[in-house]
Amino acid sequence: MKPRVEPWVVNAALIIIALAAIFPLAWMISVSVMAPGEASTAPPPLLPQAINFASYHELFSRGHIGRNLLNSIGLALAATVLSLAFNVTAGYAFAKLRFPGRDLAWKLMLGVMLVPAQVAMIPLFLMLKQVGLVNSYAGVLIPGMANVFGIFLVRQYALSIPDEMLEAARIDGAGEWRIFWSIVLPVLRPILVTLAIFAFLGSWNDFLWPLIVLADDSRQTLPVAIAALSREHAGDNELMMAGAVITILPVLAVVLALQRYYIQGLLSGSVKG
Amino acid sequence: MKPRGGWSFVSPALIAIGVFFVLPVVAALALSFTDFDIYGVADRHNVRFIGFDNYRRLVATPLFWSALRNTAFFVIVGAPLSIAVSLGTALLINARVVRARGAFRTALFAPVVTTVVAVAVIWRYIFHDRYGFLNYVLGWFHIDAIDWLGDPHWSMPAMIVFAVWKNFGYNMIIFVAGLQSIPGDQYEAARIDGAGRVAQFRFVTLPALAPTMLLVTILTMVGYFQLFAEPYVMTRGGPAQSTTSVLYFMFEEGFKWWNLGYASAVAFVLFAIMLGGTMLQLAVARRWSRS
Amino acid sequence: MTHAAGSARTTWHAATALAVLVTLGACGDPEVTTVRLWAMGREGEVVAQLMPAFERAHPGIHVDVQQLPWTSAHEKLLTAFVGDATPDVAQLGNTWLPELAALDALAPLDAQIAASPVVRPPDYFPGIWETNLLDGVAYGVSWYVDTRLIFYRRDLLAAAGFAKPPVSWTEWLAAMRAIKAQVGPERFAILLPLDEFEQLLSFALQQDDPLLRDHGRYGNFESAGFRRALTFYLQCFIDQLAPLSTQIQVPNPWDELARGYFSFFLHGPWSIGEFKRRLPASQQDLWATAPLPGPTGPGAALAGGASLVVFRRSAHPREAWQLIEYLSQPDVQRTFYDLTGNLPPRRTSWDDPRFVAEPHTPAFRDQLERVKRTPPVPEWERIATEMRVISERAARRVSPATTPGELAAIVDAAAVELDAHADQMLAKRRWLLDRAAPAGDRSARP
Repeated sequence: MKPRVEPWVVNAALIIIALAAIFPLAWMISVSVMAPGEASTAPPPLLPQAINFASYHELFSRGHIGRNLLNSIGLALAATVLSLAFNVTAGYAFAKLRFPGRDLAWKLMLGVMLVPAQVAMIPLFLMLKQVGLVNSYAGVLIPGMANVFGIFLVRQYALSIPDEMLEAARIDGAGEWRIFWSIVLPVLRPILVTLAIFAFLGSWNDFLWPLIVLADDSRQTLPVAIAALSREHAGDNELMMAGAVITILPVLAVVLALQRYYIQGLLSGSVKG
Repeated sequence: MKPRGGWSFVSPALIAIGVFFVLPVVAALALSFTDFDIYGVADRHNVRFIGFDNYRRLVATPLFWSALRNTAFFVIVGAPLSIAVSLGTALLINARVVRARGAFRTALFAPVVTTVVAVAVIWRYIFHDRYGFLNYVLGWFHIDAIDWLGDPHWSMPAMIVFAVWKNFGYNMIIFVAGLQSIPGDQYEAARIDGAGRVAQFRFVTLPALAPTMLLVTILTMVGYFQLFAEPYVMTRGGPAQSTTSVLYFMFEEGFKWWNLGYASAVAFVLFAIMLGGTMLQLAVARRWSRS
Repeated sequence: MTHAAGSARTTWHAATALAVLVTLGACGDPEVTTVRLWAMGREGEVVAQLMPAFERAHPGIHVDVQQLPWTSAHEKLLTAFVGDATPDVAQLGNTWLPELAALDALAPLDAQIAASPVVRPPDYFPGIWETNLLDGVAYGVSWYVDTRLIFYRRDLLAAAGFAKPPVSWTEWLAAMRAIKAQVGPERFAILLPLDEFEQLLSFALQQDDPLLRDHGRYGNFESAGFRRALTFYLQCFIDQLAPLSTQIQVPNPWDELARGYFSFFLHGPWSIGEFKRRLPASQQDLWATAPLPGPTGPGAALAGGASLVVFRRSAHPREAWQLIEYLSQPDVQRTFYDLTGNLPPRRTSWDDPRFVAEPHTPAFRDQLERVKRTPPVPEWERIATEMRVISERAARRVSPATTPGELAAIVDAAAVELDAHADQMLAKRRWLLDRAAPAGDRSARP
């Protein structure tokens, strides 16, 4: 039996911690609908006097946050598609297909996971410059197309596919791609959702690379736009909070709705680690 | 029947990783031995091969050591704190007596999936010395206002508070999974032996969690070594460069001043440190589990 | 045979069709050329308002204005240069112009200037026009002129016993100390943001010793002049005349001056517009401008301001020049002044009644006769940043208990460190200069 603890202590502690976790996000929403300047007073106000959408209006009209939002959505969707295209077949192959050099290649991939992405950034930037892809959407997407963590996730999951199922199909004369398409993919569906969430979230939250690659205001993604805004409008807290709401809420809602898949991916990536 | 066509499944990914990751990493190593800078970008003839000079210069640069110290402080204080909070919350949420576990988990997990830049902006406001909520709360306990982001002594602690808030949910989930995989009879056996709650934690829970703990520690430390977005948004590396991390230093050298050769050297040193740290932890864990 | 010929013909047709489509697609709208303009800060916000008139006068040109915040503009310009993503025209702070010109990023404009009826160099303030030149070649046209001088609280100064603004450092220190004695420990006499270098730089430029020596090969911060400037700067912190604040912490200095948080601060002409916008009419009497006090009398100031430049890689140099010419017209410059408070770089514009009548601009007119440029080397931005970092560290190290001996030691250490850093940053420049012109001929371009 697990050690017995007084119920109210545990629940109270959890409530306090949960409030601490949620409070900044709730306050963000509250401040974003305050009148400009209302939040820069001591003591800091918790709720607005009256709901005021001036900050949002300013962001969408004078700032061009609508454009940034579209950029983020577009890039995240593209990144998801690319991730699925590149990583799923590789993950399945590393799990279930035997081909010469497979184990060595897999060990190399694990080694690649140890190298931090920032090491590659400078030469990547120079490479993109050579082919004229700086300040382009393609430049942002290309380096992230295949990533070892995604392959790892798929592989972990694919390991659990029963070999007999695949053997039976081969004996029936089906080619590998046919098997992949009709038999494996449906089985992989849960991990595909997980991979899609990771890819979408990873692209949405990506900051350093888009910061380096995208020069034009109109091409920037939300995190880059918010960072620029925060340096320029240091004192306009309501404006910053509105920007933060736009950046955080849509994705937060989607991921929390699909949290089952996200958490599963998180765990499968780590438990067998 | 031998399956064929394995390479056609993996080649797109392998080629992408090879061209867009491995190749640049090798190029970065090469770059780190040159004095490639903005003059070099203007005209390739302005680039010289200088051997280990970049590394020598790095070792002689006080700001690099300062960045290393700042990052080390962040990792050494922040990681254990974050892990402790994660473990504590995991224990709490895993307790049988919890109601609405799903709702709690959602709330505790929410900060993890938010965009760092956006929440850094929120926390910059929370940390404000005059209008911030944190100082307001401290005021209830009659503690003087702290200039979180303006005082060089408090700026890194502020980063740590923020990072713990943002990340603890991630490790909490991992710990919960680890806790749930501990068989209940082990606790039963311990209880029969007369062990109280604390003893059960020490002798049943912790040892069983050891592999999970190792994984969490490595993941957290690797993540924390890459501290960048928070200083970039909240403090621009200040005040008095007290929040300049190694990655922030690399970013400024590379993408602000365009000393690309020098910045590549910094990147490699960071990589070496992270690799070394990970290897060290694995070695320690192996030795500890053997004892 | 026939089969091969048939398929060859099909391929040929397809190729032609494709070529036609591609050409049509690439043409886009042949009527309109888009000129990309990058402008910073308030100017960026305002210049967009001037564009409709320009586009009416030049149908066929559309201007796409991108506004950059000053805090990241330098980074973005260099990033664009490295990534081959520069715009057609940009507003460049004149301390950045030598940098980009040395990197061969800008198009020389001598030919266009000579042929232009609008842009006439002799009409510009000489110290200002000079900032466009690198080795005698003009790479930009001055758009507006800027310098930093003091904005102060008339009433607080008077209450402390000073009827007129100070003209020398000794007077200034005395005035600040008197104000501090009056306002107490929670408030201050002057704002010297620790994350800005313009203040210390202004004091340093007032000295006779140059900031770099030997054609910009070595730092000259160990000179007596710079030490004097740094000592004066640190004295303000020792006497607690200035708060240990950064600009991030005081993003709204205009309101804070009105609240009396401090009584002096160094800012540029755009502050005139900010004060007028932010303060109520009743408070407009409280503030005034005055030229910068120097070590022994009225001092020099930063030759600031910005020029408009055309990038070498621009695909539309002709249209880019037309935009620059338009923005240099005196009437457009007057409208620009009305919108931003940015002062015109041409002497004749100053004869306009709006400047004669305005009470706060004569100080600028006076100061503009005493402006000095910063060293025209590409590494200057970096050296100035290092100067700021080192001076911030020194400012945090001093306290009211610091003795003159300790202060001298701190200044000494800072100067030596700054020179070491500057020399290191200039190493590549030395190599390039020496390579281009072996010892003897020091006038060659890097």
